[in-house]
Amino acid sequence: MAARNARGRDVMGVGLAALNRLAGATVIDRLKLRKPTERAVYEASKAGFRAVGVANRQFAAVQNRSKPERPASAGDSGLFDLNPTDEQKMILEATSEFAAELLRPAASAADTACEAPDTILKRSISELGVTQVGVPESLGGMASERSTVTGVLVTEALAHGDMGLAVACLAPAGVSNALVLFGSAEQQATYLPAFVGDEVPAAALAVLEPTVLFDPFELKTTARRSGDGFVLDGVKSLVPRAATAELFVIGAALDGVPTLFLVESGTAGITIESEPAMGIRAASTARVILDGVKLPAGAVLGDAASYIEAIRLSRLGWAALACGTGKAVLDYVIPYVNERQAFGEPISNRQAVAFMVANIGIELEGARLVLLRAAARAEQGKSYARESALARRLTAEYGMQIGSSGVQLLGGHGYVKEHPVERWYRDLRACGVMEGVVLV
Amino acid sequence: MINLEIPKKFGMLINQAQQVSTEIFRPISRKYDQAEHEYPKELDMLASLIDGMNASGESSAGARGVRRDSSEKEKGNRNGTNMSGTLSIIEACWGDVAMVLSMPRQGLGNAAIASVANDEQLARFDKLWASMAITEPGFGSDSAAVTTTAKKDGDDYILNGEKIFVTAGDRSDAVVVWATLDKSLGRAAIKSFVVEKGTPGMVVERLEHKLGIRASDTATIRFTDCRVPAANLMGSPEIETESGFGGVMQTFDNTRPLVAGMAIGCARAALDEISGLLAEAGVEVDYDRPAYVQHAAAAAFLAMEADWEAAYLLTMEATWMADNNKPNSLQASMAKAKAGRVGVEITLRCVELAGSFGYSENSLLEKWSRDSKILDIFEGTQQIQQLIVARRLLNKSSADLK
Repeated sequence: MAARNARGRDVMGVGLAALNRLAGATVIDRLKLRKPTERAVYEASKAGFRAVGVANRQFAAVQNRSKPERPASAGDSGLFDLNPTDEQKMILEATSEFAAELLRPAASAADTACEAPDTILKRSISELGVTQVGVPESLGGMASERSTVTGVLVTEALAHGDMGLAVACLAPAGVSNALVLFGSAEQQATYLPAFVGDEVPAAALAVLEPTVLFDPFELKTTARRSGDGFVLDGVKSLVPRAATAELFVIGAALDGVPTLFLVESGTAGITIESEPAMGIRAASTARVILDGVKLPAGAVLGDAASYIEAIRLSRLGWAALACGTGKAVLDYVIPYVNERQAFGEPISNRQAVAFMVANIGIELEGARLVLLRAAARAEQGKSYARESALARRLTAEYGMQIGSSGVQLLGGHGYVKEHPVERWYRDLRACGVMEGVVLV
Repeated sequence: MINLEIPKKFGMLINQAQQVSTEIFRPISRKYDQAEHEYPKELDMLASLIDGMNASGESSAGARGVRRDSSEKEKGNRNGTNMSGTLSIIEACWGDVAMVLSMPRQGLGNAAIASVANDEQLARFDKLWASMAITEPGFGSDSAAVTTTAKKDGDDYILNGEKIFVTAGDRSDAVVVWATLDKSLGRAAIKSFVVEKGTPGMVVERLEHKLGIRASDTATIRFTDCRVPAANLMGSPEIETESGFGGVMQTFDNTRPLVAGMAIGCARAALDEISGLLAEAGVEVDYDRPAYVQHAAAAAFLAMEADWEAAYLLTMEATWMADNNKPNSLQASMAKAKAGRVGVEITLRCVELAGSFGYSENSLLEKWSRDSKILDIFEGTQQIQQLIVARRLLNKSSADLK
């Protein structure tokens, strides 16, 4: 960290630094000479900068099974096909409507408030069943087989409405999907009923850490064996809805091997620290600080292979979010550049403008096809490490580029909050940074 | 049901193309790169093999698989000859793009015939190796600017004009020529004619010396009072100002995915080569770990492969739409734009990664970098593809968005 401050300070620099300290003095705040900043509003709304995890409901096994339930691998039609199934079309239609009518109109305010409206979170459960699409029918959900493609299509459609709100809505599904894919019979019986009921708890799959060059396979958060159980220490970063979450799935290195742990938020040693970011602010991102958190023996979720799969699937989730928001950008700039006049004609009559739109279309379609291939391979039980990595790479690169083009095409108007493109610019950068959270 | 895997039924075809690439094209690749204008006689024996592949119905092997069969409309999802043809082109171009362009009876003219000929013409021209003559000294991308004229005279048309950059123009048996019936009536008056070699008044004037694809001959052909039977005009002889140009332009919806496939095959060759060279140098590529915590060369490889995969799937999408009789102009141009530019970027980057070995003639990497450039130019340049994509997305006419 020293390197970036290495530039020498001369006389003028010393003076400027002193001025800056004065300007930042808290006395100005006490005298109410400064309007509260957005960040202060956010922190106040979260009942304090730091808080312990919320005391959660009692999760208890309601039914004992000898074997965990797993959705069967999807069939393989044997033919190249880009047509969604009739069932997927129906789900997609409902989700798109939800995104257009509820998420998009609420997006700007939720971004400012750093909070998703409760009604939207509730209706994503009651109307879309976001936590139920991945859960098998035998466990009270809606899935008849593994449905990674459906998960991708739903995620994409929600992100077309708003990425931050989509992440807020989908965070509990990340946990329920992890339980379906990796949970033991007891873990499924204990936790899944809450996710297919009416009062779905806030929950999050937390992998990311506040480390430069973060590598999910070199976790700094550790799990130590202690008696029959484990003790967790470390910091998880940009965890959505962490302040209200009742259940976390947390990645920690156990004997050097990254492993998932089920952690109820009321467990002693958990502190939540708000961590608003450049974008996806409606997801109320926060740090989860784990300080000597004691977990029972049954807290391990799946095995080392499960962790790798969680990383790959969540990368598909973030790629889907990028594609959804990327499409929102494309759909927004087309009418804008066709209507906006310059030099006596629509600016879209100029190649410099039109080619930017063409490239948004080309890169978006390419990334989306790579994502769909990865998702289809995943649900068919084929290897998809390569395809997942490529989808992530494309959405990290071109997602960023599409966000930038969106603002650029609107010029100064794109830079102000009257239009959503500045939010999409901020949100799209998340897709190359985030890990975990959205597990499709 | 969404699935982006290639059907197993194409496995044998793909394998055949891989065998040809590996065993025939690659060993003679450098030889004919250096001996420009010399005909790769090794290709003759291949022609019958390819014809055999073509005869096997759905597993069409190349350029002639692009004909759209409207009778298949009601049968549900299809994976047909547009897809299989492009797949075999990809595999063959992994071996050598110039060889593929020199394959008897697999010319772009054959794709044009397959796209727009009537059944009688298709049967009559079936055995011909046809090349494509559109470009003239005075225009390239602006294909409506055709100045070669075709004048009706009894049962014939008389052609006058000069065509350049005719791929396989010297070796082919026939040339599909674009000419105008009446320059004053614009694009609707442009028609395509099949002109067989030996027709009086048709002369191959010279061959070009090129940056790459040297094993493929690129000819200048002059037509002087060249008399062509009226039955060789493809499509309607009427000048329909409404939809006239659409007929000849339709060829591109079918040939652009093929050319995209060429770029994809060539770029794949470079990726496969550099992957082996990097492994020898001790650089491993890990798909799970973030690119930025790996060797810079591994990160570069991941970026290239991601772009390659996008180009490949865009191309598959365009062919899938053609097989299912869906309009695919937008997707064909997207595929060509993406594949054309990443083909060049990937092959050039692989030379850089391989250092002096990659830049020298000891490796084929430098050759592929030269070959790939034409694929971002012919059948519509990068800029023309972007123009088409932009017009489609923005719903603009060519009068508005020039």
